[in-house]
Amino acid sequence: MVTAVTSLGRSGLSDWVIQRVTALVLLAYLVFIVLAVFACDLSYTEWKGLFEQTWVRVFSVAALLSTAMHAWIGLWCISTDYLISRVLRIKFNDAVAARANYYRWAFQAASAIVLFTYVVWGFQILWS
Amino acid sequence: MTVNDKRPVNLDLGSIDMPLPALVSITHRVTGLLLVAGVAVLLWLLDASLASEESFSAIQALTSSFFCKLIIWLVLAALIYHTVAGIKHLINDMGVGETLEAGVASAKAVLVVSLVLIVLMGALIW
Ligand code: HEM
Repeated sequence: MVTAVTSLGRSGLSDWVIQRVTALVLLAYLVFIVLAVFACDLSYTEWKGLFEQTWVRVFSVAALLSTAMHAWIGLWCISTDYLISRVLRIKFNDAVAARANYYRWAFQAASAIVLFTYVVWGFQILWS
Repeated sequence: MTVNDKRPVNLDLGSIDMPLPALVSITHRVTGLLLVAGVAVLLWLLDASLASEESFSAIQALTSSFFCKLIIWLVLAALIYHTVAGIKHLINDMGVGETLEAGVASAKAVLVVSLVLIVLMGALIW
């Protein structure tokens, strides 16, 4: 049984909205990066200078946090689709199915650790 | 669960017909999962590009090994596919293109557009 815990927001609907909003932020950031890298052909000094501007840092932090939220919701959805007793019983056996909650929590804990690491790493890159 | 267990269930994906839109959709999920690992590569690229003049030109010239280029290309391919399919997903969310014909046509469009972009990216890297 999947207990009724929503992944990030207060309900599935707010998760759905967050997933969309973060997707749009990431899309905008991708367009920005593609333009900067391919259209401008920047030198190292120009590239470095770009990332010292406040608005670029704010935009980058927005993209960084969006990635974490977007991926967290996505991974949560995937884990509650597959790491549940009903699926594990069919794919494996009753003994595996009985541990479904533990597998799912382990997956979610690992996801949280990885994504948190990305956020910290991203901040370090932007402010070093 | 004793009663519910009697319900017919079919989660054996191999036995379910996979029309093109379903394939495009599951690939969006798989690339999303791959991208979670891919973000590490992207952050590493950003880190190297900003760290110093030398690491910047190393990235720019992509003087690294064939294997390294391959990894970068695979991550960018997943990103391209996930983004193109994601844009289709967002358009569908607004209620556009929900008929069967539009579904098949837009699934084809996602495949063609992302394939072209992925090949172009490959050409750019090599
Ligand atoms: C670093 C970048 C990204 C990562 C790591 C990522 C990861 C993921 C993951 C794991 C999922 C869950 C897949 C599923 O539930 O089937 C997902 C879903 C989604 N992604 Fe991304 N994504 C990224 C960028 C983007 C971008 C740029 C877009 C822009 C269009 C996008 C649009 C979507 C949409 C619309 C969904 C929802 C799919 C659904 O509800 O079934 N993603 N993403």
